Amino acid sequence: MTKNMAYDKFNILTSTAVPLPIENVDTDQLIPARFLKATERVGFGDNLFRDWRYNPDNTPKKDFVLNDPTYTGKILVGGKNFGSGSSREHAAWSVYDYGFRCVVSSFFADIFRGNCLNVGVLPVQVSPEFSEKIFAAIFADPKTELEVNLPEQTITLLATGEKEKFEINSYKKNNMLNGFDDIDYLQSIKGEIEEFAEQLPL
Amino acid sequence: MSKTLFDKVWDAHVVRKIEGGPDVLFIDRHLIHEVTSPVAFLGLKSRDTRVLYPNRTFATADHNTPTIHQDQPVADPLSANQLHMLETNSAEYGISHWGLGHQKNGIVHVVGPEYGITQPGATIVCGDSHTSTHGAFGAIAFGIGTSEVEMVLATQCIMQPKPKKMRININGKLGKMVTPKDVALFIISQLTTSGATGYFVEYAGDVFENMTMEGRMTVCNLSIEMGARGGMIAPDETTINYVKGREFSPKGEAWDKALAYYKTLKTDEGAVFDKELTFDGSSIEPMITYGTNPGMGMGISHNIPDAEQVEGGVATYEKSLGYMGFHEGDAMIGKPVDFVFVGSCTNGRIEDFRAFTSLVKGKHKADNVTAWLVPGSHIVEAQIKEEGLLAILNEAGFELRQPGCSACLAMNDDKVPAGKYAVSTSNRNFEGRQGPGARTMLASPLVAAAAAVTGVVTDPRTLIEELV
Repeated sequence: MTKNMAYDKFNILTSTAVPLPIENVDTDQLIPARFLKATERVGFGDNLFRDWRYNPDNTPKKDFVLNDPTYTGKILVGGKNFGSGSSREHAAWSVYDYGFRCVVSSFFADIFRGNCLNVGVLPVQVSPEFSEKIFAAIFADPKTELEVNLPEQTITLLATGEKEKFEINSYKKNNMLNGFDDIDYLQSIKGEIEEFAEQLPL
Repeated sequence: MSKTLFDKVWDAHVVRKIEGGPDVLFIDRHLIHEVTSPVAFLGLKSRDTRVLYPNRTFATADHNTPTIHQDQPVADPLSANQLHMLETNSAEYGISHWGLGHQKNGIVHVVGPEYGITQPGATIVCGDSHTSTHGAFGAIAFGIGTSEVEMVLATQCIMQPKPKKMRININGKLGKMVTPKDVALFIISQLTTSGATGYFVEYAGDVFENMTMEGRMTVCNLSIEMGARGGMIAPDETTINYVKGREFSPKGEAWDKALAYYKTLKTDEGAVFDKELTFDGSSIEPMITYGTNPGMGMGISHNIPDAEQVEGGVATYEKSLGYMGFHEGDAMIGKPVDFVFVGSCTNGRIEDFRAFTSLVKGKHKADNVTAWLVPGSHIVEAQIKEEGLLAILNEAGFELRQPGCSACLAMNDDKVPAGKYAVSTSNRNFEGRQGPGARTMLASPLVAAAAAVTGVVTDPRTLIEELV
């Protein structure tokens, strides 16, 4: 199968993490609608969390975590129900473009989760208890490293070795490991799709 | 085996099941707009791929269009470019395009049903989460990301795991001035903004059976606000009467065949749902939201609950109330209102303007209120004029704008200023949704009307005895 490399492959990611312990982080916070006017997928990371990150005069808000040099890394740890709201894939592009490759939460909104998987951001859903442990570990030591192991489907707090399994369907897992996307797959079964269309009730 | 309505429509569209993965789902109708489609077309170009079935996709500009002076060039160059891209991409790939100024232009989820693109039993997607609206016809309809827009353009399919099924039953007589919007806001307040995540919802019971198609669309539209990918209502006589004879509806023999199919579209006796909830319709009040997600709603006569009474963390709750400038225990009645917005894919249909007009008739807009009345389409706009509503609205100090998504997401110039309060008939009260710093209270067109004429949050039931 020919592959269109839309995003980098994901295997094992070891990184510090940025904590955002707010629930119901919605897509309008991830990327406000007024930044959806672009017609190309460029520069969205600059406006990730725009209105939490910047004052109206564009100066950084010092108390927002992305402006705090204490916390860095390729993993964003969010509160419950992360990514609720709009279907705008721009939200997932913003996360990716900013430099995050993985978002951890105890619960994801459905469309956002799917969009992440389509653009190369791994959504890792953990139990509420493990989410609490991760937040506590990061706040106790911002240098805390997490290991997200996609082949094993585990997320580990490296300092203590505490780990949890996470779910991902085997098809999407294979896509992320190899940098494949759905269109490659769908185009490979085009004949079958065209046959199917012939017999539809409507 | 007994099947649910959802199973019947889903299973009829599965091209292939992938072991341990999603289903390949065939999409009957695809709606696109200017904001979430340009990157999908770029993808097609980079793959050198054509659109597989151009006649299954329809384009309309709505999210990023002005609602005044639509006959003039769009001033903002970025917005103008986005509109231009939709036009040129549609032309290049042979897709019907209803751009700004076109008679069929309007909000994608308003014009789709109006022209009969929306059909019972169909699968319908759009790069917009409120695509759930079309479920009102017994279609499986849901929002998709731009990667999926590209998939549908290229292959007419997307890859989705089959969601779980939930049925929400509501029976009983709705109270005075309780509208479909209130029913939906009530359900969301009970389930929270994530209570139906992972599910597809079927709405059942006489409350929904007695609704018009406009009302059912309002309910299904808001399914996403409780996390559900979509919601649907079994088609019945009301549905069939609405669909029959519309431009893209089946005609002649095809209609007879379609009708026979529509009549099979209901949940079988004994079919099993993963979750089933039942509420009493008579207990629902006119609703209003007080926080920064649609789940933070309550009967308009109630007081804002304490943090301990609501699900979720205290810090998040306090942040939300802090943004709104509200406090635990506050009454909503009497809260100041600066803006009133009537419109959007949630409440931008003729029935919504009839309701608003019936309440403001013979009264006058409060001086402190800026009101934006934005019809969902040119058909709605024309109906408002033909039914004499515009004259009544003008008499009461209101003007009508031109169709579009407008202040619902404030991509255009219709932005509520920072710190100002808006009562909106739209669907999201997220921070900054209606403009940076804007504070949104979601409500029905009747509650919006009561606020518009009094200048404060007002229970419409206390304003007039009966609607005329």
